[in-house]
Amino acid sequence: MTGDFVQFALMGKYIGAGLATMGLGGAGIGVGIVAGNFLSGALRNPSAAPGQTANLFVGIAFAEALGIFSFLIALLLMFAV
Amino acid sequence: MASEGGLAIDPMHQFQIVPLFGEGPLHWYTVTNQTLWLAITVLALTAFLVLGSSRRAVIPGRLQSMGEVLYTFVHRMVEDVTGHEGAKFFPYIMVLFTFIVTSNLLGLIPGSFAATSHIAVTATLALVVFLTVTLVGLYNKGIGFLGMFWVASAPLVLRPVLALIEVISYFVRPVSHSIRLGGNVMAGHAVMKVFAGFAGVMGVASVVPIAAIAAIYGLEMLVAVVQAYVFAILTCVYLRDAVGEAHH
Repeated sequence: MTGDFVQFALMGKYIGAGLATMGLGGAGIGVGIVAGNFLSGALRNPSAAPGQTANLFVGIAFAEALGIFSFLIALLLMFAV
Repeated sequence: MASEGGLAIDPMHQFQIVPLFGEGPLHWYTVTNQTLWLAITVLALTAFLVLGSSRRAVIPGRLQSMGEVLYTFVHRMVEDVTGHEGAKFFPYIMVLFTFIVTSNLLGLIPGSFAATSHIAVTATLALVVFLTVTLVGLYNKGIGFLGMFWVASAPLVLRPVLALIEVISYFVRPVSHSIRLGGNVMAGHAVMKVFAGFAGVMGVASVVPIAAIAAIYGLEMLVAVVQAYVFAILTCVYLRDAVGEAHH
């Protein structure tokens, strides 16, 4: 009976970890929006683009940060819980 | 892992920390493969920069050119983002960027060990950045540094809410800072191992996963440099809050 429960909890753990990684899709959307908008801006005014690459990477990093939290949750579920 | 019909290759096996000499439990002083690859990173980096700057010819050779490009790149980044005041932190950013980029690229050599894939390493780097920014900010601006959390341009009703959000996002910085680097490196290496596992079971069709591994390897080279750049530039952004008069 206890063994069944452990198996059940393991199943929940793995399903939860898999669900948590879905948050990374949001990070993907965010990074795509940042990069796409940068590109459309850069093509309108190519001379101003090189000065904004730092902002591009900072924006991508901030958009990615929230997706990373879901990755962290997945890691915690897999290895720490 | 490979017991009942799973992949023949455990993708997480490559991140295992093992002692170099003998067996036994790990202590803080145990020399492990992690220690070895961190040391190799430092030695390779030192050798590159020392050899690159030793001759100092007017017409630079290959090593010297690479060193100069690296130096100017990081210096411009620090000056652009942090401003003139922050330029005194250039040595710190230079060490951070070159260390991470060297470690990432060395970790990509097949059979080597990616030191930056471990959250312990990246969290140490990120915590030092966090402490540096906080201490420098308090030293430079005194209690006025806390004004960063009180967004003066927002309506008065919203300010306490924004202050709460700003405080949380300030303390979450080292978490996202470290996991971004460690997670990217770890995920990239694990993906390559997973594809290697496909190649092992697909017979003739394993040409496809092997080609995919080559492509992912190229992507990982890019990721290795970009993540080091992101780490360094975020450090610059955080330092700008601490040294500059005008933030936001």
